[in-house]
Amino acid sequence: MAYKNPQQKFQGKIKEVVLGEGLKLGGESVLPFYSFDGDIGNTPKVGMEVWDIPPVDWPEGLMNIIKDVADDPAKWAKFYTEKYNPDFITLRFIGANPDTLNRSPEECAEIAKKVAKNVDVPLVIAGCDSNEKNARIFTKVAEALPNKNYAFLSAVEGNYKEVGAAVGLAYGNLVVAESSVDLNLAKQLNILLTQLGVKPERMLMNPGVSSVGYGFEYVITTLDRIKLAALEQNDTILQVPIIMPVSFETWKVKESVASKEDAPEWGDREERGIAMEVSTAVGVLTAGANAVILRHPRSLDVVRGFINEMVN
Amino acid sequence: MALTGMDIYKMLPKKNCKECGFPTCLAFAMKLAQGGVEAEKCPYMSEEVKQKLSDATAPLMKTVKFGYGEKTYTLGGETVLFRHEKTFVNRNRFAVMFSDVMSEEDINGRIEHMNKVSYVRINERMYVEIAAVKCESDNKEKFLGLLKKVKDECKDAVPMIITENAEIAKAAVEEVKDLGPILYGANDQNYEEMVNIAKQYNILLGVEANNLEELYKLVEKIHALGYKELILGTKAVSAKKAFEDVVNIRRTALITQDRVFGYPAAVFVNRLSKDKFLQLSYATVFVEKYASIIVLDDIDYSIALPLFALRQNIYTDPQRPMRVEQGIYRIGQAEENSPVLVTVDFALTYFIVSGEVERSKVPSWVLVPDAGGYSVLTAWAAGKLSGKSIAKAVKDFGVEEKVKTREIIIPGKVAVLKSDIEDALPGWKVVVGSEEAALLPKFLRDYISKRA
Repeated sequence: MAYKNPQQKFQGKIKEVVLGEGLKLGGESVLPFYSFDGDIGNTPKVGMEVWDIPPVDWPEGLMNIIKDVADDPAKWAKFYTEKYNPDFITLRFIGANPDTLNRSPEECAEIAKKVAKNVDVPLVIAGCDSNEKNARIFTKVAEALPNKNYAFLSAVEGNYKEVGAAVGLAYGNLVVAESSVDLNLAKQLNILLTQLGVKPERMLMNPGVSSVGYGFEYVITTLDRIKLAALEQNDTILQVPIIMPVSFETWKVKESVASKEDAPEWGDREERGIAMEVSTAVGVLTAGANAVILRHPRSLDVVRGFINEMVN
Repeated sequence: MALTGMDIYKMLPKKNCKECGFPTCLAFAMKLAQGGVEAEKCPYMSEEVKQKLSDATAPLMKTVKFGYGEKTYTLGGETVLFRHEKTFVNRNRFAVMFSDVMSEEDINGRIEHMNKVSYVRINERMYVEIAAVKCESDNKEKFLGLLKKVKDECKDAVPMIITENAEIAKAAVEEVKDLGPILYGANDQNYEEMVNIAKQYNILLGVEANNLEELYKLVEKIHALGYKELILGTKAVSAKKAFEDVVNIRRTALITQDRVFGYPAAVFVNRLSKDKFLQLSYATVFVEKYASIIVLDDIDYSIALPLFALRQNIYTDPQRPMRVEQGIYRIGQAEENSPVLVTVDFALTYFIVSGEVERSKVPSWVLVPDAGGYSVLTAWAAGKLSGKSIAKAVKDFGVEEKVKTREIIIPGKVAVLKSDIEDALPGWKVVVGSEEAALLPKFLRDYISKRA
């Protein structure tokens, strides 16, 4: 008997969603990186994280890289796009948290406008810890940057009406539907946004991410199940490309935070942080994420190299 | 191909004697088709039919072993492509590569890293299980010298001998035969001799070919020699091709149900890149899909921390969530006046809570009672997190001797437990903490400053 390659061919296909002016996400009709089965759609995309305030606890090497630009997000974003060429920039409003600067939505909109003017890659706007405040921030930012196809991270169960109506319907940007690591919750939020009138082609989703080691099995299983439902069962509600803010999670776990004094045998903190970020990013890309957000330029370099090797 | 219940039924004696424990032969046949019972249970089956059935109902992917004593490891035996369909069974094992043309310094550096990486994460000791020792010099004495050195200096690791030279292979296996080594390097030219060595020492044999077509023919030839303790690999040097090969070996076993590829796979990520983080990337992919031995150039802590954690997650049985050991955990330099928090023994919850406590930089004690391995709300709803279970933990783990404070902080979501706990724990006051773990740092800082 001669050997014959088995295949997993599917009816369904992930929708193609355009971020910004032409950054295409999704479009695949096979499992991630299964180019031997069929069309893998658009190459997964990698973005970098920029804050509206200078970070204080990032690892030393990275702090050195950004030291001249960290107090100006527009400069910082421009510096990143010129130096590292990420597919997109994620602008995160840490300064809007009540325990930092408690920035107003209007201030956030001003900053976002400046950043948008300074870079030619699409933006992904991320909020602060309060969902209620994010609804107000996103409304103002989307209003200041209408019809840009920027993605807003995220609409959750508690604020999807405000975020969906402002970002998706009134001001022509993309809504990221965020749920917590459960296929049914992800599906329900997508349905709610659709019922609100947001078109599926104007949506992305983040079904929840954690660092490797921290309940990551739920993340992988949720991704597996979403992709199988979308592809195998042709569940159109779940045929939405997935974006995951990997760096938001991996840089706060012990492995990335512990100083050399806290854990002498573990070695250099920055290396550990990069390793956790890289492994988590690759882990979710292999299970179905179409875009990941990263913090360290070295991670960007590695993850992008990885993607190239897997698709070319 | 798998047999259906009806196929099997036709071969049975159809006596309905019930001696197998089933009411009818048909019921027995149905169960047998699902792999739920052994063919041997039927006392009236002819030997010929028995053989046919046990072949047909054998697992699609064989479980193989290597190692010795406590360090005996099983690989393979997987039944599903996705862990949510049931569970993954036998976790992959990691190997570090040594070659007899490497510099002494390089070899010593890798040995040092291997010996350093040893720690416990959620009840599991993490260390590199395999030392892959490769003969590239074609010099037997030189190779045996390296093998001896690795055997003596990497006490935790089982050797994987990598050579395509049968004469060298035999001498090497003889050298470490007590450790249950893996012999990797059977190919189209040497397979008869290699199978003989593997048979003689009863060890796991690694079979490698250029591509899957050649590998398939080679495994068929080895089957003809009657050896089935195998692990498979290809010589793919691109990540894309290596991924395709490993995925297709697993799919051939489980989807096509062709037992020629019903074996675990080995992959050498050190062939795919020399960059440490790219090796980590590929190793991550293959932990998820679907390698059983993953060989890297070097494993230091920065590589071990994500990889071992990932493996522990992926190989968790979805029906049995990970639990941390009950006890009182000291976070930071907690002392007798530090705050005491209570959470549950569901590993994910414990990790998130302890992570946030660490982030708060407020040295604290975290008490983990027996909460049935559930999350906070589930444990409370199931009656597992109660005044009784918390009081028991306070007593069992000697909390009153460890700390002077008589205040205990409980998760905000189970504020209703306050009086229940205070009744069960005379002398203690219950403080209701934040509803979300993410708000713990702020809560703890406020709590400390209020107390001061």
